[in-house]
Amino acid sequence: MDFQLSEDQQALRAGIRSFCDGRVSIDALRELEKQGFDRSLWGELAEMGVFSLRLAESAGGVGLGSADAVIVFAELGRRLVPGPLVWSHLAADLVEGAADGERVVGGIEQLRPSNEPVLVEHLDQLDALLVLRKDGVYRVDPKSVPAQSAGTPLDPFTPIFVVKSLPQGERVGDAALVHKLRLEGAALAAAQLLGIAEMTTELATDYAKKREQFDRPIGSFQAIKHILADCYTRQELARVAAYAAGATLDDPSVGSVERAVATAKLIAGDAAMKNARACVQVHGGMGYTWEIPAHYYLKRVWVLENMFGDVHEHAERMAEIVAAD
Amino acid sequence: MDLRYSASDEAFRKELRAWLADAVPAHGPRPSERVDWDARCAYDQSWQRKLYDAGYAGINWPKAYGGRDASLTEQLVYFEETTRARAPYVGVNFVGLLHGGPTIIAEGNPEQKERHIGPIIRGEQIWCQGFSEPGAGSDLASLKTRAVRDGDHYVVNGHKIWTSFAQVADYCELLVRTTPEEKHRGITWLAMPMNLDGIEIRPLPTLLGSTEFSEVFLEDVRVPVDCRVGKENDGWRVTNVTLSFERGTAFTSDIMKLQEALRELTEVAKRITRDDASAWEDRALRRDVGHAAAEAEALWAFVKYIVSEAQRTGLPGTSGSCLKLYYTELKQRIGELSMRVLGRAALVREDIAGLPSEEFVFQALQSLSMTIAAGSSQIQRNIISERILGLPKERR
Repeated sequence: MDFQLSEDQQALRAGIRSFCDGRVSIDALRELEKQGFDRSLWGELAEMGVFSLRLAESAGGVGLGSADAVIVFAELGRRLVPGPLVWSHLAADLVEGAADGERVVGGIEQLRPSNEPVLVEHLDQLDALLVLRKDGVYRVDPKSVPAQSAGTPLDPFTPIFVVKSLPQGERVGDAALVHKLRLEGAALAAAQLLGIAEMTTELATDYAKKREQFDRPIGSFQAIKHILADCYTRQELARVAAYAAGATLDDPSVGSVERAVATAKLIAGDAAMKNARACVQVHGGMGYTWEIPAHYYLKRVWVLENMFGDVHEHAERMAEIVAAD
Repeated sequence: MDLRYSASDEAFRKELRAWLADAVPAHGPRPSERVDWDARCAYDQSWQRKLYDAGYAGINWPKAYGGRDASLTEQLVYFEETTRARAPYVGVNFVGLLHGGPTIIAEGNPEQKERHIGPIIRGEQIWCQGFSEPGAGSDLASLKTRAVRDGDHYVVNGHKIWTSFAQVADYCELLVRTTPEEKHRGITWLAMPMNLDGIEIRPLPTLLGSTEFSEVFLEDVRVPVDCRVGKENDGWRVTNVTLSFERGTAFTSDIMKLQEALRELTEVAKRITRDDASAWEDRALRRDVGHAAAEAEALWAFVKYIVSEAQRTGLPGTSGSCLKLYYTELKQRIGELSMRVLGRAALVREDIAGLPSEEFVFQALQSLSMTIAAGSSQIQRNIISERILGLPKERR
């Protein structure tokens, strides 16, 4: 047993971190906020292997595992890299052109039959839309869907479209694939939430060291310190939970995949939500402004929280698992 | 990143599991915390002897001292299996096995090792802890119990508190002040025999109603100098050796038990009727239980992460404070959930109407001690924010 990053994994993390730090800094993010979706950034992410990471080498992929994908997606979360990252990654061997970034693939879960309108992220930029239904995975042509903006998005980087009724689309996978994609999707969303939990702790800690009141850094007061100690503790718990989900997906002999994934999504979602809120709080009045990026993080948490099951859904799943033990 | 146990870890698991399957039922049920000390000592000490005879005592102790010298992952297997088998807890042997013994192995002289190591690991020598004082809790180094050298003896005067097992202990790991002008550098570590004249023990009932710990009054107690472990005034360093053992894998079995507690709670909730349905049909309760189960699952992954870190670096990492902080608070929330599931049955300390009130209420109340003992949650948050996050120290 060695539940730490291998040397290759450390290198993988360092590579993607340095790319994200350089390419998606806060200033770059503010540019993206004005410009909207950036196809060239999408292409660069594809070149970094973000979408082809788990695709077999024989199919032109990187041939890595879910634990590696968790490491990469945590870095994307740290820098709030926008776009339907998880869906395009999941589509690598379902939609031609997804792996190399040629096609931007989004998705939506529609597990109960419904005629209600659905909200779809990034619809205007999509080349393919995956729909997860109870009986299988369907591919819908976004051009066949009348896309109408749902209004001002909560997360400025995640535009939302309302679709009155989703076409049936072409069936590209069975119910077992739906189950698999939901587990993998939850693990990768958890990874991004881990990244957010980490970054919000860092931003708040840095600010607490610099900001002075009563002639000393506010970070010297226990009232602030203890908030940050809790942020760090939640972040570390989210880290091991997300890593364990990746490692268990790679080798289900080490434990229950369902259990590990539900734990990761719940723990990372909880950590990200609380840490992003703490990040606003520690920044004081500035934290409530558009200028300080804390709010971007909190808003992205809500996007990720509404993907692949929220905290309540996974808590109920865990309760079922414990009751069946 | 590899979560698989090795083949030798699994072989160890198989052998241990087979032994526990016979040994645990044969040892019988644990006497209640509120029954007499003799019964508790007999139960805990004879279990320790059985572990010793089977080669499982002192799981992390060196072989030269009778221990198993198990690898860190084997220790995890040990905790997984002993928890699964509901094996007896270390009980009255806690201070000897987790504090006194390892400290003497690390810092004691040959005579001290001869006097203590074998008897501790065989469950024949009980220890208690004389660290805290009424005026020295979180700020332990401000302790005032005075030891003055008089020939071959230290004459000790002072007042210790929170001393678990004082009534039954043979020895006390005692911190005394040998140089009043110094703070950290004026402390000495003594292995004090508890049968000396001038030691008065006054049990201090806990909120459980148990006499788990006592106050210990020391009046002109003459402790032989050969009881000193380490050099005079070097006791603070020796103490940190002691505490590093406590911060190692000491919480591991407690964390394992969280999952077990949630399973039991679930089983009871299914049997209890509330508003014409079982308590388990309450969605809010299921969410709370499921949330806690995810936290317990993540904590177990955290243990593996910390063990892997220690395996790589040979040192315990800095994450121990996070682990202690999180699991003790989770344990309290699970305790409160258990009380809620019991409802009015929690108003009685003994089992009632087929419900496990005794155990649930005991666990819920006892969990209150965990965020205070071994570095309170507030101290842990100070450690995390100052030593890990690098925030400025508060004026002390």
